[in-house]
Parts: sequence; C-alpha cells; structure tokens
Amino acid sequence: MSLWEYANPRRFMAASGAVLPWISGLAAVLVALGLAWGFFGTPDDYRQGSTVKIFYLHVPAAMIAINAWLMMLVASLIWLIRRHHVSALAAKAAAPVGLTMTLVTLVTGAIWGQPMWGTWWEWDPRLTSFLILGLFYLGYLALWEAIDDPDAAADLTSVLCLVGSVFAILSRYALVFWNQGLHQGASLSLDKEQNVADVFWWPAMVTLAGFVCLFVALVLLRTRTEIRARRLKAVVARARMS
Amino acid sequence: MPELGKYAAEVLSAYGISLTLLAGLVLWSVIAGRRMRARLAKAEDELAKGRGA
Repeated sequence: MSLWEYANPRRFMAASGAVLPWISGLAAVLVALGLAWGFFGTPDDYRQGSTVKIFYLHVPAAMIAINAWLMMLVASLIWLIRRHHVSALAAKAAAPVGLTMTLVTLVTGAIWGQPMWGTWWEWDPRLTSFLILGLFYLGYLALWEAIDDPDAAADLTSVLCLVGSVFAILSRYALVFWNQGLHQGASLSLDKEQNVADVFWWPAMVTLAGFVCLFVALVLLRTRTEIRARRLKAVVARARMS
Repeated sequence: MPELGKYAAEVLSAYGISLTLLAGLVLWSVIAGRRMRARLAKAEDELAKGRGA
C-alpha cells in the first residue's frame, strides 16, 4: 500500500482514528515519566543549580518548534506539487502546536536566562531567529484565517511556509553560522562529546520522545477536525441546494 | 518535592507556565474536535432527513 493512499480523507480518517488513542496514551505516559524523572529524580547542576530542570521542557519544546515547521514545509510542498488536501490541512493543524512549542521555548529560555545570564532577553542570533520563527507561526495562522477560499489559503500559506523555513533552519543552526551570542551549543547531540551527562540525558530523551508523540497526536487530532470542518461545509452547501 | 534552593521561583514558574500552555493546547484541540464531530453528525443527519422527506 502506498503512502499516497492516506491522502484520501476517508483512508486518513480510518487510519488516524485507529492510531490516535495509542499515540495519545504513549505521549501522556512518556511526557509525565520524563518530566517527573527530570524534576524529582535528577541532581542539581554544579553551575546552574536547580535551573537545570528547566532544560527538560526547554530543549524538547525547541526541537518540536523547529521540526514542526519543517513538517509543515514537507506538507506544503506536497500540497503545491500534488494538490492533496489532507497535506494542506495537516500543515494548518501543525501550526498552533508549533506556535505553542515556540512560546514554551521562549518563556522557559527567558526564565532560565535571567538568573544564569543576568538578562531575560538578548538579541543573540539563536534567540532572535526563534522569535522571528514565532512571528512566522502567527503570520501563517493569521493568513489561513484571512482567506475564505480554502485552496487559495493553502496556496498562499504554503508559500509563506517556504519563506519561513529559512528561520526554522536559522534557529537550529544560528550558533554554527555566527558562532557568537549568549546561547550555548547543542545539549542533545549525536556527538557524545557535546552531550550533557547521562543523568540529565536519559530523562531528556524520554521527555523528547513524549513531545514527539504529543506532536503527532495533536496533529492527527487537529487534522481530523479540519477534515470534518471541510466536510461540514460541503454538507451545508448540499443541504442548501436540495 | 525536591529542594530547589534559591531558584525555586524560576523552576516552578517555568514548569507552571509551560504545563498550562500545553494543557491549554490539548484541551482546545480535544474540545474543538468534539464540537466539530457533533456539528457534522447533526448536519449529516439533517441532510439525510431532508432527503427522506
């Protein structure tokens, strides 16, 4: 069976309806376990003290915020190239999740930065590109709401998504590109040398897995709602004609 | 409750705000989903009744 068959709304609804309870349950368990482990079961950092516990929220939220936009980019490209409505609706469904994750990242970063850097905010390349990514999320959602014709809205938001991808990539690689500013390097990396100590790494990985499942569950749920909203419009139009 | 020391306010507020934002997003998504499902079911029902009449 081809992946493209899930572009059929009926197939998507059947498959997502079967997966959603499991992925939602897994998300709840992993997020609760990872955060509880990090909050109650890990020591303070010798420099950061107990503020290290903010890391379990900040890093997974930041990774989801960036990758949500990249998922929207893929879905938008599928819409622009193959005109599958489900992909455009999935991109729309992911935006509020990405925006919330961006807000969590910015808020937790500011709360951590005040005692550690002595400032809530700094116009550092990573922080600034993240703020702009948040503004792109807002603009993307506003554009969907501003246009009545759903296909035109999908076209224009897809183009906006392509442009905004620059900032999603910049937020991830700002440190590599500019090598300046307050923000430290990657805390979770494939390079073991760069990673935090195992005692912090494991709960962070569990929380990250939970955030990934939460993202998937919310995108599936919200895409199902968007598909039903489209169907409702069609039913109302048909009722008016009959 | 772990001993959070002098950064207790920062850690607790970070967790409080983040969990509130995430819980709000989940609740909003679930409630909107249920409302839309109910509206669609009602509209389909009315359409079917209209055709039957």
